[in-house]
Amino acid sequence: MDKKILFFGYGNPGRQDDALGIRFIERMQTWIEEKDYKNISFDSNYQLNIEDADTISGYDVVYFVDASMEQLEGFTVTEVEHSNAQVEFTMHAISPGVVLSLCKQIYYKVPQTYLIHIKGFEWELEFNKGLTDKGEKNLQDALKFMQEKLPEIL
Amino acid sequence: MSKKITIEPVTRVEGHGKVTIHLDDNNQVAQSRLHIVEFRGFERFVQGRPYWEAPVLVQRLCGICPVSHHLAAAKALDVIVGAGTGDGLTPTGEKMRRLMHYGQMFQSHVLHFFHLASPDLLFGVDGDPALRNVIGVAIKHKELAVQAVMMRKFGQEIIKATAGKKVHGTGAIPGGINKHLTQEEKDHFLNGPDPMNIDKMIDWSLGALEFFKGYHAQNKDLIDNFASFPSSHVSLVRKDGAMDLYHGVLRGVDSNGKKILNDVDYQDYLQYIDEEVKSWSYMKFPYLRSIGKKDGWYRVGPLARMNTCDFIPSPLAQKEFEIFKAYTNGKPNGMSMHQHWARLIEILHSAEMMKELLNDPDLMSGELTVKGTKGREGVGLLEAPRGTLFHHYRINDDDQIEMANLIVSTTNNNTPMNTAVNLAAKQFMNGQSEITEGMMNAVEVAIRAYDPCLSCATHALGKMPLEAIILDSNGKELDRKLKNG
Repeated sequence: MDKKILFFGYGNPGRQDDALGIRFIERMQTWIEEKDYKNISFDSNYQLNIEDADTISGYDVVYFVDASMEQLEGFTVTEVEHSNAQVEFTMHAISPGVVLSLCKQIYYKVPQTYLIHIKGFEWELEFNKGLTDKGEKNLQDALKFMQEKLPEIL
Repeated sequence: MSKKITIEPVTRVEGHGKVTIHLDDNNQVAQSRLHIVEFRGFERFVQGRPYWEAPVLVQRLCGICPVSHHLAAAKALDVIVGAGTGDGLTPTGEKMRRLMHYGQMFQSHVLHFFHLASPDLLFGVDGDPALRNVIGVAIKHKELAVQAVMMRKFGQEIIKATAGKKVHGTGAIPGGINKHLTQEEKDHFLNGPDPMNIDKMIDWSLGALEFFKGYHAQNKDLIDNFASFPSSHVSLVRKDGAMDLYHGVLRGVDSNGKKILNDVDYQDYLQYIDEEVKSWSYMKFPYLRSIGKKDGWYRVGPLARMNTCDFIPSPLAQKEFEIFKAYTNGKPNGMSMHQHWARLIEILHSAEMMKELLNDPDLMSGELTVKGTKGREGVGLLEAPRGTLFHHYRINDDDQIEMANLIVSTTNNNTPMNTAVNLAAKQFMNGQSEITEGMMNAVEVAIRAYDPCLSCATHALGKMPLEAIILDSNGKELDRKLKNG
């Protein structure tokens, strides 16, 4: 049986490279539709939240896509491990690990889950400024990597 | 030797809040302050932009309450395009916006209660932090976690259906709305498979209220006395005094229930409200001009709305409102933890209002927009989940925004949050020489009751580390504790 795959990007597209996750989804979706691959879905939002446990429960493989401030070489793809959340002051978003844990606790399902972390550089409220050039390059590299890898996953 | 304790959450971009608690030589809390390092540049950024872009642009402010900013901006621009001051839209325009707003209120309050507040209630303010979180709720109280997930999802779907998409929605435009609700969408929300339908949402809202009331009966000391203090309260109310989260007149009451802001037109808000700047916080301190800087501060949000309105115009929420009001014999309620009770009543009210609107044929047909004589300036207010939200714009001859002023809900609650922090610190930290995680959480619980939205627009991975630093009177560090690194 074909695997059901979800790509889920998150970030604020109004904040320069914080849009990397959502731009990844837009371009990957266009590419997938051109290639006519089946069983691949896309979603995006400002951030992850508790209802995403329900969303991912219907898939075999999940790729979360987010911008990163960490010192990465372009981008990374890492498997997501379960994580217990702490109530973090006033934070309203949760991590991929918490989404996965919640999915396991509520739905008894554990999709194979990965995080595509794409390094970004600028995060300001600047109109008419999209992704930085370096962020754009990292995005293209991440897309190329996943497009080449996709036949292995399917 | 006096000490200063700093609890400092750090975020990625927009700024952060920190709490400093000054202890005196006897380890008694002398003073506490909540400092907000708030991103205040947005008003400048929108200057020069075409006014019609504002309802979409303002969603860059925040990834948690973008719908509230979207609608408040649209309401301000309604005035500029001559579509009236909030009640001049077509029935379709106003009702679609209301549905969007109730969807936002519903999902935001659900997230706060189940994700942020319920772990403190279920496991205790000083409970095991490894369990005191949403996963702990899922392990120990699975039915609550399931309800939280599905109620959030329902509210998100309402927003998507009315705003057009989840991220940077475009539904509200100056003078109205840009889409109808489809028959398919209406059927989905009214008659969707269990549990994704509005009747189940109402059932679960009632269940959450029963859960809280049961908890309250067994934990009166915490719920009634934790960070409790008298204050004035401000919110919009409908012209007949009903709760109205989308539109109305501004009403303020003091701690005795006396009206101190008498149902005024919010287009004139600058006549009544001013903001004070204090050296130790980037966030301003709003106050009522008629009372003055010292005593003119007020609370906004769910508790304030219960205190200002005369009734709730939906039957099930009205019953709960009567129980709520009877608890204080009809007097204004100053108990911070009753914010949760009030929030749950608003969840129920929002669900009832969504059902009423979903059955309204105006959502599926009718004129979407209205225009009149264009003006230069407009103010848009609504009751966001966290309280009254102000958007004010003025445009130039080229239709560009030349002035913008925003007073967000969290800013309105600045003094109340500081007051709550001070009380919590005195309750939990007086006489203590060592700061435990439970004590730190007690301070956070006081802040969380107001559900402040400090910095949501960009995100790391949900990380918000808290750092506690103890300094002596000479600035020497005596202790440091890091939480959630």
